[in-house]
Amino acid sequence: MAEGSAAVGAAHRAPAVPPHLDRPERRRDLLAHGLRCYGLIAAMWIRSTLAYRASFAMTLFGSFVATAFDFAAILLMFSQVDSLGGYALPEVALLYGTAATAFGLADLVMGSTERLGRRVRDGTLDVLLVRPVPVLAQVAADRFALRRLGRVTQGALVLGYGLAAAPIAWTPQKVLLLPVMLVSGAAVFSAVFVAGAAFQFVAQDAAEVQNSLTYGGTTLLQYPPTVFAKDLVRGVTFIVPLAFVNWLPALYILGRPYPVHLPQWVAWAPPPVALACCALAGVAWRAALRSYRSTGS
Amino acid sequence: MRSGRLYALVALNGFRRHATYRTATAAGIFTNTVFGVILAYTYLALWHQRPHLGGYDQGQALTYVWLGQGLLMVMATMGGGFEDELTERIRTGDIAIDLYRPADLQVWWFAGDTGRAAFHLVGRGVLPMAVGSLLFDLALPADPVRWLAFLLAVALGTAVSFGIRFLVALSAFWLLDGAGVTQMAWLAGMFFSGMLLPLNVFPGTLGEVARALPWSALIQVPADVFLGERTGRALLGAYAFQAGWALVLLAAGRLLQSTATRRVVVQGG
Repeated sequence: MAEGSAAVGAAHRAPAVPPHLDRPERRRDLLAHGLRCYGLIAAMWIRSTLAYRASFAMTLFGSFVATAFDFAAILLMFSQVDSLGGYALPEVALLYGTAATAFGLADLVMGSTERLGRRVRDGTLDVLLVRPVPVLAQVAADRFALRRLGRVTQGALVLGYGLAAAPIAWTPQKVLLLPVMLVSGAAVFSAVFVAGAAFQFVAQDAAEVQNSLTYGGTTLLQYPPTVFAKDLVRGVTFIVPLAFVNWLPALYILGRPYPVHLPQWVAWAPPPVALACCALAGVAWRAALRSYRSTGS
Repeated sequence: MRSGRLYALVALNGFRRHATYRTATAAGIFTNTVFGVILAYTYLALWHQRPHLGGYDQGQALTYVWLGQGLLMVMATMGGGFEDELTERIRTGDIAIDLYRPADLQVWWFAGDTGRAAFHLVGRGVLPMAVGSLLFDLALPADPVRWLAFLLAVALGTAVSFGIRFLVALSAFWLLDGAGVTQMAWLAGMFFSGMLLPLNVFPGTLGEVARALPWSALIQVPADVFLGERTGRALLGAYAFQAGWALVLLAAGRLLQSTATRRVVVQGG
């Protein structure tokens, strides 16, 4: 294995972007290259998945049903009460739908990063390091699971119900805010996935910490903020900015006040917040990748 | 009792094996705690609207949340037990080696899974519960007898859980790819164990059916014992329910095992 580890060492010393090429246009090229590679790897996994169509249909359905059970729990709650934290079912459905759709999109695109710890542990990450393809693109596209569309579909259906049934005074701004919120929300969750993967370089067995922010985060956002203690709401607004995924914009759409006092324009803050999260996650990822020491196996 | 000693060692090994994953255990405790906090607030909102929903007061409802988080891994409600490994051994044919061992397949895996469950009860049950009791007003029983009664209900619950998962794993003999069945079992476990919401909050017939299915032995019944909802004759009834399902499932497992074993011989591995 001497040859292999030497190659890994070389890949190590050379950062993803050589310093003298660290110019905006070069960065753009790299991003395009990464996205193209991601697309190629994902397409390969999609082809292999679709080779067994019946099996794919079943796992897609399974993913749909599994996530539908989350909402079933909420429906069961509403079989006993008319409102939760002062919110009626259609309003909770809107919160659920926006959180689940944004998370579903992030899970579809970045969900595979959850498995990074295993690759670090068993040494198969080294294979990815020697390829001339950005490591993040490889890790994220690894075993690209098209069945996760089941989650997105389920979220979108509940969102559709919430939008149709909740009493919303629609304005052009609110219509525009909806897709902006979903895309930014997906970006925030993607950043959490990447930051979690970076953490797994350090703590290889800690995939569950990532789960608590991703799955836990979306569970939290499915309920109205009035349900939770103010300190918890502050925490997910100012520390881990999950509130920007849906609470802040969705409450603006619903015409509801946010329990922690903030000016109304923060409803439009999700895009810059998402960008900042992605930048921070990127920094964490690079630092983690640079500090990586192979198991040598 | 040489075989008794053997299975005790297998169980001890199951305990030790899971005890080696320290970071994973710490990460799991963190996750259970985060989910516990989120769920506890949603339950608070629910019980604020409907005090005494499902026969629980607020403290009992909050305790139920943390019991669910503490028992999640013990009962392998969402998978994570031996079944993936056994399915894989059946798929690859390594199971033939297991069958030649001078040990019974079902008892062997049961012993190992018992060790795993015991570790998770200590490793992932105690700490979230402690954090939960610091953050919320929980209804913890003062009577040590009730703690013992609870432990017995947990033990019977793990037997039912094993019974279900052993059947799921053996289905790989016929289906080769056990992923579909595993997923269905996992979904049923999530929904019918009372993990999402106590089963006595489920409305009407759905509630009655859910409470009669074996999965209710995993979380709902031990929780009710802990919360003092089952005492005296009702406690014996709860044990009978769990033991009954455990026997039925384990017997079905034995039957399936002997049928499957003959299949292996016919196919030659």
